[in-house]
Parts: sequence; structure tokens; C-alpha cells
Amino acid sequence: MTESIKANNLAGAAYASGDPRSAGTTMAIEDVTLRYGDANGVLALDDVSLKVARNEFCVIVGPSGCGKSSLLYLAAGLNDATSGSIKVDGREVIEPGPDRGMVFQSYTLFPWLTVRANIEYGPKRKGLPAERRRQIVNQYLNEVGLTPFADHYPAQLSGGMKQRVAIARALANDPAVLLMDEPFGALDSQTRGTMQKLLLRVWERQQKTVLFVTHDIDEALVLGDRVLVMTARPGKIKAEIEVDIPRPRSMDVILEPDFIALKRRILGLLHDEIDEDH
Amino acid sequence: MAQRRTAWTRLTTPFANIPAGTATTLALAMWVVVIGGWALLSYGRVVPNMFLPTPGTVLQTTYRMSLDGSLFYHTLTSAKVVLLGFIVSSLIAVPLGLWMGTYRAVQAPLEPLVNFIRYLPVTSFVPLFILWIGIGIEQRIAVIFFGTFFQQLVMISDCARSVSRDLVNASYTLGTKRSEAVWHVIFPAALPAILDTLRVTMGWAWTYLVVAELVAASSGLGYISLKAMRGFQVDVIFMAIAAIGLLGLITDTAFRIIRARVAPWAP
Repeated sequence: MTESIKANNLAGAAYASGDPRSAGTTMAIEDVTLRYGDANGVLALDDVSLKVARNEFCVIVGPSGCGKSSLLYLAAGLNDATSGSIKVDGREVIEPGPDRGMVFQSYTLFPWLTVRANIEYGPKRKGLPAERRRQIVNQYLNEVGLTPFADHYPAQLSGGMKQRVAIARALANDPAVLLMDEPFGALDSQTRGTMQKLLLRVWERQQKTVLFVTHDIDEALVLGDRVLVMTARPGKIKAEIEVDIPRPRSMDVILEPDFIALKRRILGLLHDEIDEDH
Repeated sequence: MAQRRTAWTRLTTPFANIPAGTATTLALAMWVVVIGGWALLSYGRVVPNMFLPTPGTVLQTTYRMSLDGSLFYHTLTSAKVVLLGFIVSSLIAVPLGLWMGTYRAVQAPLEPLVNFIRYLPVTSFVPLFILWIGIGIEQRIAVIFFGTFFQQLVMISDCARSVSRDLVNASYTLGTKRSEAVWHVIFPAALPAILDTLRVTMGWAWTYLVVAELVAASSGLGYISLKAMRGFQVDVIFMAIAAIGLLGLITDTAFRIIRARVAPWAP
């Protein structure tokens, strides 16, 4: 555990003196195949390879059931690939660990802990001293705008607030990469917009490597530096699209011609897939 | 706005709330009907008093036995048997049930055995317990233990098993080790359900009391009921039954309060 903390600190130092996008690869997924059951089972992921650069916001977009969430669970170490390798900061992923924070689609706050104690959970597991933990918690409470709700229990929060706490809780652990599995999928469209704006603001300030999974093309293009389009049966990365829309981005970006052109391309890629089905 | 709903509409709407006053009135009315019916049957001599005592006689008996301290003495003995049996059972069933619900390796050997034992009637073991343990209080505690433990084990392992997988997964990504998950995540997550299980099985423990005191007891509410049966003192039997019900109600309320204090975050 102390090793990963050191590695994170070194990574942070390397970034401080260099260009964020050229500072190297944080996560490398190589030739990952996932087959459920025996050799004749369903092929969920077929030879998937991708790299996520340090401090990059990388988005995987694809229809439901294409295996994008499965890929994220593999990256988190919550499931084992049939073959292939996943490395984070050069170390092979063999089990889950605090260097890969994750925000889930379902609400996963600990219901018996207050908002404050939920955010403090990771730093506590790491054994940080109380004073340092308090600083971290206050910083991230402020970052997601939930300081007035610090002593509330999750059951007292709205869906959007719960996911804000989940993001703060994952970031408070200072992970090398933040994995996000359709974190706003269960929210209404207005709250989703607010959450995207908040996530962008936090990401721009915190400088984190993010691998984000969604089925929502608008969401992918609003958030991502790069969008990987994934298709189903078997799950494969079909195309990689650089999103060269300047930052900071506002929510109005979805009306701009550049954005619409990119969206049309992705829709085309996904529609091909649907047509092949019929 | 639609017209205000009438009281009748509210009362006949599925899942609709009714005013607190109405709920209390209905609850009281139920008791009035039950006790009124009892009074009618007994005072009206529809059923001979030898089989159905009047409410007045039962109250008199209760007053008499309270004054000479015998009601308190027998209640205390019974409460001791039930509580000890229940506590010993819970102390083993909670951790073991958690492991059983968490680890398939614990579940696989235990489940078939437990599901076999928990359908065996407790009464059939009383002769064995007398042979093995004797006729002291330990034998009665063993009956309560046997009646509750295996039910608790199965129910608590279900509580643990129904904890959300993503909650445990989230804890892993925050640095929880596999060996820590059962106490750091699964136990607190299942705690409200475990407390509900304990409350329900506490009720079952009380229902085994008379079985426990059936043989070889020399005090307790079940014992005085049996003795009263031999002397045709139906009023004493009624009092003992009411006392057991009342004690059950008290422990149930106590558990509700404990749950609200220990798990204030759970609805």
C-alpha cells in the first residue's frame, strides 16, 4: 500500500514539471479477452487494447451489453480476464486496490456512515493521521459543494448528491486512475447535466486520469479528450475519436457544428452495428 | 385540484395513510371487541366458568399473585430462561451466520445440515436433553436455544448474502482487504436486517417457553400453567398466557428502540 502512495506522489511530481498529456501512460490494457463460462461461453470482450495517458479523460461509449462495464470491472481488478493484461503505472492488475478508484452506476455509499465518514473511509484504510484526513475530507466536501451536508446520512440525499459524494470519496483516496461506470446513468437529464459540469470542473482542477464508460454520446463528447467507440457481441473497440473541442467546455457545446459532426460520426459507427444485426 | 377525499375513500384506498387518531381508535376498538366478547361469553355463562374464567376473576388472581410476589418470581424465572437461551443462541448465530452468508466455503458444509435440523420438532429433543443435561435450568435453556439457533443461523446468513455486491466492490476499490470486508462492510450493511431477525426470533423464543417448562421445572409461567391445569384453575392459565404475551410485547418494543438507536440511518 505504501508503495502505491509513493508511486502516486512521484507521478504527481512528474506532472508538476511537465506537460500533462505527454507525461506517459497511466493505464495500459493489452489484448484483453473475457469469455463467460467455458470455452464455448459468451465472448464478452474480444482482444481489446487501449491506453489511457496521464491526466487524460478517456471515454468508452457503446450500446448496453457491449461489455464496456465488464472492461471497467477488469481494470478495477474486480473480475479476471480470460487472457491479456492490464497495467496501471506499469504494475499488473491482479486484484482490486485503492490506486484504482471507482464510481458505480448503482449507489454504493456506505449507508451506515455519514457523508463525511464515507469520504474519510479510504484515507482511514490507508492509515493517514486524523488531522490529515480532516483536511482531505473538507477539501473534497468543498470540491463537490456538499459541506452543508457533511453530517447527513446517504438516505437523506438525492441521487445526484449521492453520486457527488461517491466522486469525492473516490478522489479522496488519490487514485492513479478514476474508473467511472455510467455514474450518471440513473439520474434525470437535468441533474445529469449539472453533474457533468461539476465533474469537468473537478477534473480540470484535480488533474486526474479518468476512464469513463457511458452509452450517452452527448455525455461522451462533452466530457472526453478521446472517445473510444465500442460495439457488441463480441465487445470490440471499433474506432477511436479525438475530441478536439477546446476546454473549458460549457454545456452549450452540444449545439456547435464541430460537436454535431463528431456525434454524427459516432452515431454512424453505432448504427452500422445495429444494421449488421438485422 | 380534485375534491378532498372523504374519510371513507382514505380508509379503503390500498396503502393509503390514515390519521393517527383513527389508527389508535381502531386498535382500541379491536381490544374492546375481544375483551367484550370474552366478558359476554363468560359472564353470560355461555361457556361454563370452569373452562372460561371471567375477566374479573383473572384480574383478581393477578392482583392476589402480585401481592404475594409469586407472579414476579415465576415471571423472572421464565424471563431468565428465555433471555439466556436467546442470548447464547444469538452470540453464536450472528458471527456464524455472517460467515455462512459471506463465504460459500462455510455455507456449503453447514447449509444442508442446518436445514435438516431446523425442521426437527424441538419437543422431540426434550427427552434427550433430560438424559444429557439433566433437569436443571440448563435443560430449559437448551430447549430455547435449540428452537431459535438454527432458524437464526439461516435467516442471518440470508441477511449477509443479500448485501449489495457493488457495496463490497466499492469498498475494495477504496482499499478494503478481502479479509476485512466481512466486518467492515457486510456486517454493518446487514445490521438492520440482523436486528429485525433477532426481534422476530425473540418472539419465537417466547413461544418455546411452555415446551421448555413442560417437564421437570419447578417454577416459571409455563410451570404454573401446567400446575393450574391439574387443579382446574383456568384463571391462572389465562394470567400466565397474558403475562407471556405482555413480556413478548415488551421485548419487541425494546428491540425496536435498540434498532432505532444502533442503526438510525436505516429506514
